[in-house]
Amino acid sequence: MDEALLRALTPSVIGVLVRRGADFAAAEDAVQDALIEALRVWPRDAPADPKGWLVTVAWRKFLDAVRADTSRRDREARVEEEPVSGPGEAVDDTLQLYFLCAHPSLTPASAVALTLRAVGGLTTRQIAQAYLVPEATMAQRISRAKRTVSAVRFNQPGDVATVLRVLYLVFNEGYSGDVDLAAEAIRLTRQLAARINHEEVAGLLALMLLHHARRPARTDAEGRLVPLAEQDRGRWDTRLIVEGVDILQAALARDRLGEFQTQAAIAALHADARTAQETDWVQIVEWYDELVRLTGSPVARLNRAVAVGEADGPRAGLAALAELDPDLPRHTAVAAYLQERDGDLATAARLYAQAARSASSLPERDHLTRQAARLNARLRDPGGFSDSLASDG
Amino acid sequence: MAKYLLLKHYRGAPASVNDVPMDQWTPEEVSAHMRYMNDFAAKLEGTGEFVDSQALSPQGTFVRSDGEGRPPITDGPFAETKDLIAGWMVIDVETYERALELAGELSAAPGAGGKPIHEWLEVRPFYGVCPTTTE
Repeated sequence: MDEALLRALTPSVIGVLVRRGADFAAAEDAVQDALIEALRVWPRDAPADPKGWLVTVAWRKFLDAVRADTSRRDREARVEEEPVSGPGEAVDDTLQLYFLCAHPSLTPASAVALTLRAVGGLTTRQIAQAYLVPEATMAQRISRAKRTVSAVRFNQPGDVATVLRVLYLVFNEGYSGDVDLAAEAIRLTRQLAARINHEEVAGLLALMLLHHARRPARTDAEGRLVPLAEQDRGRWDTRLIVEGVDILQAALARDRLGEFQTQAAIAALHADARTAQETDWVQIVEWYDELVRLTGSPVARLNRAVAVGEADGPRAGLAALAELDPDLPRHTAVAAYLQERDGDLATAARLYAQAARSASSLPERDHLTRQAARLNARLRDPGGFSDSLASDG
Repeated sequence: MAKYLLLKHYRGAPASVNDVPMDQWTPEEVSAHMRYMNDFAAKLEGTGEFVDSQALSPQGTFVRSDGEGRPPITDGPFAETKDLIAGWMVIDVETYERALELAGELSAAPGAGGKPIHEWLEVRPFYGVCPTTTE
């Protein structure tokens, strides 16, 4: 069965129902029911016209739901009298759904869940599994989100920036369980880029592709984090890198820089270096300067301090770090890294251990603990071969 | 089947036999420990006894209400003397003896020098369902 096709059709089928007069919440529910039925029926009896099948089944589900709800008799009558209403067919339903599901009135978690269901065509169960929450919890989150946007007109123009933030959040969630959220975010961003000519949409897509290209090298066989400098660059996906760089160059040529293009430019410079030593850190610092200028983000400043440490030496990096709030996440880990590069192994080991205690994920905690362990082993046995740098990243 | 919580403490439990802090191990010892924990969970999935496993950051605080309309009171971050839970595993097993056996095995994860840590784990039974046959 072609689940990808099923999911790609989801937003346009919701659009058909809305144009026939269903409100968004009811249309979305009906299409979700039709999706679940398709997942059951299609494997043994695939329809010749998948979209037609989905529209027919979803519309029937919608009418069943309306009829079942006696308090909605009035609306039922209205719907059957005038089956075609709402915005005209010229409107791109899928694009409208992106805007609606990322509406600024929604919390980020709600916008993410609604986008994955209505635009992504995932089932509530799949979304719940991906975010490690019970299915009933995710179902509630989605219905609350739909109530929140119930007053928003379907054909109201939206803000691309809010859509991009939602897709970026999905991408960063990575993957756990059956659903690869990073791949799903790329699919949804590609679909968006095909519908709207916007340099930051292209920038985000390029950023995702360039990061995704490195994923095979980012962890080793035992699930341990491998830092960028130690990754086996032969395992980077060159096809994705080429595509990402092409998309980025076309976007940059429009001369309307934004934060996603800037982040993608930094990722592209890393992708461009055949070895970690060949990395063009001077240019990377310049791009971080742009990113700080565009966003003012403390995280960008922290990453800039790392880049300065590489471009101008660890002392310069530590000086840049000293200007930042020490409570920033990963501040201590960056300090540990720069101290090690500066040769103060004892301080670095202590800071790595401290950073491990405030890490926000297990792989990160384990990585930082191993860094502390590596330095402590070297301090105990300075000339020893028991723990060379290369033995454990 | 009955469910048990295997509770691991950062603090609050008696000291392990082999209680060298992890950042003083060699990197290989750290990796061996992580591998043991992952293999243990995978093995219990294989035997159909695994329910859940979660690890907690040592960051945290105590909070209580100070009455309606007033901001909550916090007492933290955790003082050195306070019990501090590091994580847990929930297992679903046939007998209490099996729960003890598994907790013992988990406690023997390798630590410094490749020797078992022999840490104390707390084993707590869940309240079970009320069987309908006793009605």
